[in-house]
Amino acid sequence: MANAKPTEEEILAGLAEIVEEVAGVESDEVTADKSFVDDLDIDSLSMVEIAVQAEDRFEVKIPDAELANLKTVGDAVNYVAKNV
Amino acid sequence: MTAIRLSQGAAASRILGIGSTQPERVVTNDELSTIMDTDDQWIRERVGIRERRFGGTEDTVVSMAVEAGSKAIAASGLTPSDVDTVIVANCTTTVPIPNAAAQVADLIGIKAAGGFDLNAACAGFCYALASASDMVRAGSATRVLVIGSEKLTDVVDPVDRSTAIIFADGAGAAVVGPSDEPGIGPVAWGTAGDLAETITMPNGRHIYQEGQAVFRWATTKIAPIALRALELAGLQPSDVDILVPHQANLRIVEAIAKKLRQKGAREDMVVADDIVTSGNTSSASIPMAMDHMRAAGRIHSGDVALLVGFGAGLSYAGQVVICP
Ligand SMILES: CC(C)(COP(=O)(O)OP(=O)(O)OC[C@H]1O[C@@H](n2cnc3c(N)ncnc32)[C@H](O)[C@@H]1OP(=O)(O)O)[C@@H](O)C(=O)NCCC(=O)NCCS
Repeated sequence: MANAKPTEEEILAGLAEIVEEVAGVESDEVTADKSFVDDLDIDSLSMVEIAVQAEDRFEVKIPDAELANLKTVGDAVNYVAKNV
Repeated sequence: MTAIRLSQGAAASRILGIGSTQPERVVTNDELSTIMDTDDQWIRERVGIRERRFGGTEDTVVSMAVEAGSKAIAASGLTPSDVDTVIVANCTTTVPIPNAAAQVADLIGIKAAGGFDLNAACAGFCYALASASDMVRAGSATRVLVIGSEKLTDVVDPVDRSTAIIFADGAGAAVVGPSDEPGIGPVAWGTAGDLAETITMPNGRHIYQEGQAVFRWATTKIAPIALRALELAGLQPSDVDILVPHQANLRIVEAIAKKLRQKGAREDMVVADDIVTSGNTSSASIPMAMDHMRAAGRIHSGDVALLVGFGAGLSYAGQVVICP
């Protein structure tokens, strides 16, 4: 990855690809306002897999304790943007 | 100078036969739902288990080891006196003394066998298999009975839904003996003691685990160990006919299979899914899965199987074997 910080749009696009890969949710369904659990039907174990892939892709750490706070796609985008 | 003479071992080792046993009593998800706040759909989706076996008071680590071990000896076309060493991998005997191996050897009818228990939790069978293989090759044993036997229900809080829905009882065994051609590859093993606290027994009686931490570790760190075992054996992912990961959680099994396929394992590679009807039986799960798949005609003599165990410690070990 380039050293330049990814923009929020880039993070969202990257997350959407990961969510599609892990959970089979169409990537254009993955928008900032969506709740992972309630809207996208993603469970806590798929969230762990998404976190692992997001860590690799964006070079951030997303500990399990943090994961529980990332309720919406927007929460995840903000977390990555802040911590990358 | 006085020189010590060394023993001469076999050129190579292989698995001669396998066997397994489970207690009679089948416990469904619906039955568990009557005693704790859980349900069939949740268990199937998160863990992949449909039913498992729970032992009664007559089923012990020793009794199940004796049955699985006797079957493995018979499947090898041998009698107990052909075996000279017994390793019982287990982590669920409730007292450490006496160990299981000496009693198991005696009850099977193996006189004065070398014997010891080995605790590497759910990686125990792969650790024991590697030890047995090296013993045969070094000449310290001729034929080794390697058993994984566990009565998890003795160390699980029966109403704790985070563990009681996962763990179960059973035993699996293999006889390891000499071979002209290598039938057991080099082991890739290791530990991650920095994560020791993720699977513990805080009250000294019941298992407690940090489920998501263990899930994260298993879905990221174990496929590379399996690939390392292949590399040590000089094989490619595409050579693997059967993948037998420890049956911890079907989602973990599938994640490991997916990673191996991304590295070139075949789509038609058979992936062990014995957890669906057996639950997580710790060190017993790998040989039991192999035995059930053999009985179901899903694996055949000569198939290349990739085994990988992982669990408390944390500990892990994997190797390639040729199915007997
Ligand atoms: C144990 C494991 C299945 C738990 O799954 P999890 O998704 O981490 O479970 P959590 O404790 O985070 O709970 C997630 C949700 O399911 C619910 N839940 C937990 N256990 C439940 C059960 N047995 N039945 C029904 N619902 C349950 C929780 O209440 C929670 O609901 P909420 O989000 O509405 O609050 C999982 O972490 C796992 O398998 N990890 C690997 C462990 C392993 O393989 N160990 C063996 C190593 S040898």
